[in-house]
Amino acid sequence: MSHSIGIPVAAPHTTTSNSAGRVMATVMLALAPATLFGFWLYGWPAIYLWTITIAAAMLGEAFCLRLMGQPAAPVLWDGSAALTGWLLALSLPPWAPWWIGAFGGLFATVLSKQIFGGLGQNLFNPAMVARVALLISFPVQMTAWVAPTPLFSAAAPGLIDGLHITLRGMQPGFDGMASASLLGYAKTELSRGIDLAQSLVHAPVQAWYGSRPGSLGETAAWLIVAGGVAMMFLRIISWHIPVAMLAGIALPAVILHSVDPARYLDASTHLFSGGAMLGAFFIATDYVTSPNTPRGQLIFGAGCGLLTWIIRTFAGYPEGVAFAVLLMNSLTPIIDSYVKPRIYGRDRKGAALEPGK
Amino acid sequence: MGIFDRIFKEPRWGVHPDDHKRPAADVPLRTLPPPARVYMPLNQHVGAAARPIVLVGQQVLKGQVLAEAGGNISAPIHAPVSGTISAIGEVTAPHPSGLGFTAITVDNDYRDQWIALDPVADPFALAPEEIAKRTAAAGVVGLGGATFPSAVKFALGKRLAVETLIVNGGECEPYLSSDDRIMRDHAYQVVDGARIVMHAIGAKEALVGIEDNKPEAIAAMRVAAAPYPEVKIRPVPARYPMGSDKQLIQTLTGKEVPADARAAEVGVLVHNVSTCAAVHKAIRLGQPLVERIVTINGGAVANPGNIYAPLGVLVDELLDFCGRKEDPARLILGGPMMGTPLHHGKIPLVKGASGILAFDAAEAHVPEAGPCIRCGSCTKACPMGLLPLEMAARIRAGDLEAAEGFMLGDCISCGCCAYVCPSHIPLVQYFSHAKGELYTRERAKLRSEATKRLAEARIARLERDAKEKAEVAARRKAEREAAKAAAAAAAKPAATQAQGETA
Repeated sequence: MSHSIGIPVAAPHTTTSNSAGRVMATVMLALAPATLFGFWLYGWPAIYLWTITIAAAMLGEAFCLRLMGQPAAPVLWDGSAALTGWLLALSLPPWAPWWIGAFGGLFATVLSKQIFGGLGQNLFNPAMVARVALLISFPVQMTAWVAPTPLFSAAAPGLIDGLHITLRGMQPGFDGMASASLLGYAKTELSRGIDLAQSLVHAPVQAWYGSRPGSLGETAAWLIVAGGVAMMFLRIISWHIPVAMLAGIALPAVILHSVDPARYLDASTHLFSGGAMLGAFFIATDYVTSPNTPRGQLIFGAGCGLLTWIIRTFAGYPEGVAFAVLLMNSLTPIIDSYVKPRIYGRDRKGAALEPGK
Repeated sequence: MGIFDRIFKEPRWGVHPDDHKRPAADVPLRTLPPPARVYMPLNQHVGAAARPIVLVGQQVLKGQVLAEAGGNISAPIHAPVSGTISAIGEVTAPHPSGLGFTAITVDNDYRDQWIALDPVADPFALAPEEIAKRTAAAGVVGLGGATFPSAVKFALGKRLAVETLIVNGGECEPYLSSDDRIMRDHAYQVVDGARIVMHAIGAKEALVGIEDNKPEAIAAMRVAAAPYPEVKIRPVPARYPMGSDKQLIQTLTGKEVPADARAAEVGVLVHNVSTCAAVHKAIRLGQPLVERIVTINGGAVANPGNIYAPLGVLVDELLDFCGRKEDPARLILGGPMMGTPLHHGKIPLVKGASGILAFDAAEAHVPEAGPCIRCGSCTKACPMGLLPLEMAARIRAGDLEAAEGFMLGDCISCGCCAYVCPSHIPLVQYFSHAKGELYTRERAKLRSEATKRLAEARIARLERDAKEKAEVAARRKAEREAAKAAAAAAAKPAATQAQGETA
């Protein structure tokens, strides 16, 4: 008889072939089309930045694990650090300098994940904590958007020029590329007293398929949606958070845009700009930092959406997804303790049902 | 099942593990050659152990009582073969502890001589109480694995005027097919047994729930039940744990058994198909429960299938009969979701053993547990609507009371949560540990409360005694003084008188 037969193992004696690593890999696969499209739009600097951010996130994770005297390889293999870096990279300006990616990646895994105890223990979404830290610390670099210059087009920087942009910041020769994201542009013009009816005529070019200035995750909104829907079919995520979050953004936008179109942006601009789609499908749905009951997820998603719209419309920042998600992350434990599923044989409050009924 | 059914009719709870039932389920039933020796444990049921009434060296016939029921909730044990009692002593229990418990050993004389049987031609002419009595005397217990004495359930159903008998042919555990086989090969016994149980509890209808992955069993049962409109065959979606009482009741009747209540309180009673067949044999043939169908399956078995075997035969003999491809990497009594791991094969077949699984190395592989990523798969899978991840986090931190606050006590240990966990966290292990620990604490608390109550009663008694003594003493003193005073008073006038007289 073999050795393990003597070990009392608790039932069940069979298990799913699923694993945390497979979940992460599927999410990355769902992100891949949007990312590749972003690479094509923004060329080599975007590819370099993406690589640096992921490498930094993994380095930060490995460093912490070594510090704690744990083997790093098995944890890195679960893919969660790489996914965090990937999501952060998608939310950065594609031509940001290398140290933005490096700082952000390290910040994400060291200060917002491993500090809390590693995978599954962090209260806040690591990618969004890093993005907010970068935005507050380096507002200039974090809002330096460029117009898309598709790979292999005449204006696009080549392999070497791209490296220069990533390593030494945007060069004089490419100054003409500098642009604003739609949300930023609208906010600036509104603050100058120019209403949306006039300012949007001159807004940066918005191609429906996503060729617009913004982060990798902003420009490829449709591909992000496709990836998100694929994850729903694969049962990686449920529909509750994305639908609630998008509704939370769209409903106030529809109502107030119909009241005063010159002051409030319309719903489709809100939904397809900034990190709305990336946030709804890939950021807010993070297992660790979101509630785990369907009703709790609806509350959480709606809160993320509503706060995003409020911050975009009334606050100082043109974009609010990261702030909204972090604020709702802090409410997750409270939502989880108040919103619980009904237990078989009990009412919602936990009292036993009456046998007569 | 169509896509529509898959989306709208599939239960929201549970899991759908690879069932591994075939080819074993399709292999015709085989009968084990008579073993040289059988070991009948006294503890094969829920409740008190049976009390031996035979002596070493005594000759017994097949079906003779070896040990009688040891209390109200207990069941007698009968000889599975005719022969000689060679020992009454310890054998390894089918329990993960590997501890021993008492069993009666019978050496087979191969004469296969039954005791005088008392068959009943028309069970429906008997009083329900008589059926319960005969079922109890035959040692019939729940054969689905719960091993609760069936007659006790009959009495309960009768008392609470249960209307619906649910016959559990779910058999949702992967690998197992003993219930499937009994429905295919002995559908008449199952249907007749169900009708006898209906009579015993006064039920008006019987709903036979069979998972739709057993079309042959459904067909056979439909044929057998055709003459009896009160016995309704109801295919149910194949979804683990459909064979769990509460889930099957909900699926078939829409009723939910309240927490801390019994199924009978909502007007239903659940009996397993194999139990019904055993009731049929106990009443119609007068045969006590001495044999059963057991599934032998798993990657290490050469010819998996279902075996008709006497109780008390060793697991090793069953495995030898089916042949081994390799040394099993793990032995399990029952199914893979809720079964008990066995340390070795020198353990007797008991009444509740629906299957013996011998896993090969690949099947027995246990992936290393990782951290919880809060994916919520466990909460979606839990058929009871619990939050396994929250309970496990509390238990891990040693806060068992908090886990209890999440209704840990409602957990049915079905294993769905641990099965779906992508981090392979042994959730059931956590819950079993916590339940055991909480039970121990509860017992300790009750004990210390009882001690305290007794101590307080003693102090109160001593105080009362002291007070009574003091009162008695005070009364006596008062009486004495009163007597003295009276004597003095009596002496005084006498003296005065005397004085007067002398004056």
